[in-house]
Amino acid sequence: MTMPAETDGGGTLPLKAPAFGLANYLVCLKGILVREGLRFLHQRERFVSSLVRPLLWLFIFAAGFRQVLGVSIIPPYKTYVLYEVYITPGLCGMILLFSGMQSSLSMVYDREMGNMRTLLVSPFPRWFLLVSKLLAGVTVSIAQVYVFLAVAWFWGVKAPPLGYLMVLPALFLAGLMLCSLGLLLSSMIRQLENFAGVMNFVIFPMYFASPALYPLWRIQESSPLLYKICLANPFTYAVELVRFAFYGQIDWMSLGIVAGFTTLFLAGAIIAYDPSRGLMTRKQDTGGNA
Amino acid sequence: MRRRLCVLAGAVAMAAFLAGPASAYMVYVSNEKDNTITVVDSSTMQVVKTVNVGQRPRGITISHDGKHIYLCASDDDTIEVIDTATLEVVDTLPSGPDPELFVLSPDGKTLYVANEDDNLVTVIDIESKKVLAEIPVGVEPEGMGVSPDGKTMVNTSETTNMAHFIDTSTHEITDNVLVDSRPRFVEFTPDGSQAWVSAEIGGTVSVIDNASREVIHKITFEIAGLRSESIQPVGVRITADGKKAYVALGPANRVAVVNTETYAVEKYVLVGQRVWQLAFTPDQKTIISTNGVSNDITFIDVATDEPVQSVTVGALPWGVVVSPN
Repeated sequence: MTMPAETDGGGTLPLKAPAFGLANYLVCLKGILVREGLRFLHQRERFVSSLVRPLLWLFIFAAGFRQVLGVSIIPPYKTYVLYEVYITPGLCGMILLFSGMQSSLSMVYDREMGNMRTLLVSPFPRWFLLVSKLLAGVTVSIAQVYVFLAVAWFWGVKAPPLGYLMVLPALFLAGLMLCSLGLLLSSMIRQLENFAGVMNFVIFPMYFASPALYPLWRIQESSPLLYKICLANPFTYAVELVRFAFYGQIDWMSLGIVAGFTTLFLAGAIIAYDPSRGLMTRKQDTGGNA
Repeated sequence: MRRRLCVLAGAVAMAAFLAGPASAYMVYVSNEKDNTITVVDSSTMQVVKTVNVGQRPRGITISHDGKHIYLCASDDDTIEVIDTATLEVVDTLPSGPDPELFVLSPDGKTLYVANEDDNLVTVIDIESKKVLAEIPVGVEPEGMGVSPDGKTMVNTSETTNMAHFIDTSTHEITDNVLVDSRPRFVEFTPDGSQAWVSAEIGGTVSVIDNASREVIHKITFEIAGLRSESIQPVGVRITADGKKAYVALGPANRVAVVNTETYAVEKYVLVGQRVWQLAFTPDQKTIISTNGVSNDITFIDVATDEPVQSVTVGALPWGVVVSPN
């Protein structure tokens, strides 16, 4: 594969990417995965805070909003459930959302600190490096979700035993979508400080305009416009995909929409991080020309 | 690796088999408000048919051979006999005014009916369709239970707050046992040694020893977040092995699972709104609750005491009975 930007830009010999075998790719993937895992394990505060956040919602928020007489039946539930059972898939979604955005933060941090250069000078194709980074992020997110589910299990929030297995692919896909979104956003954020903006303009709106905390029919009752906004929110479908998977069901519409958005965000991120076409380069160029 | 996969596939298949539907029985639910009974298949948990019946259907039971349903049509002052093959009303029995709840004798020949407005218990011979006796009891009789040997019948009167023990051979009251406010339902343990009487306003279930005719224990219920007034025990059922009792708790939207040895409440199962009566499937794998306000019934798995599915039926479902075969 040639890299036109560098050949054109440099005006020198065309650079050929070295031909790597599968084993080489795996070594690279492993390196990125291990680094992400180590970083997560070494930042104990991050681990604790990532666990404390959903648990606060489960223990305190759900207690406050607890509908002792049960949430009325909506699919995939076949009978009445308690509020804490209802919000558990939403809280799994929340972990994926925050974790996905946190990897975007780490990309910005890496760029500021110069660590990213180490990654980007790697001779592997840029898309592969980004996908590996994504997979590493998703793996860490899913590990957090399962720790949360284990704690919830002891709290009495239990899904069907097979549901814990069935939810894995749904968590993976939903995690991939949110991490890709994070990656795409990270390409647009110039500085670490801007992350607060992501928090206020992306994470919270996505989280609250979704069925994570309340069934959408309730939102529809209070505001049809808000309901439409919720329907346009990709996170809505991530939560529903996870919720249905817990009960061994596939919500095909959510699956299609989440897969579609994953492709879109991932393609966007790959383009954004591509040095030839990337948003960063373009911004720098315009900045430089002006 | 392949072997491991085979073992995994086997385990999954086994789990699917174990979780699979139980044998198919027909579940008949009386809907007090829209004057119908809903027929539900217990294996698919789907409504099969809705049948128009007399006015204000409440108490419902079935003959031992499963051929006839007996239904209290309270506002028609009669008991309707419904053929389970055709689901048509084929006969009526003389019940006396406002029959609410009844119990079939263990030999399947006699019906004991509580006449709420007349303070009577009417004894009906099914074959001859004759009233054998009218027994005066307390005010507003409701709950009806019969011992497994058929010798003792118990009626509760809602206003007198008593359980009246009646000798079925003489049709005379032999003992009156004071229980808590508004007793609704009587259920004998399978060995006949105890009668469990629920008290709706009192919020308790009194366990009465059938030999001494004394209350030997009072079971109370407590659900975090619910006021005690919302806990109103109504229907009671005890498993055939006598180990577990299920108590419907009315507006608490829960069915309590009680250990019959320790009388401890082991679990509260969340079901629909204002849970009223309960019925086991004959294989005892499932217990079904009628949820009056939410117009549905909930299937509860007896092995795990987990609610499996709720199915919408008619308006204000009251009683429930399951076909014996």
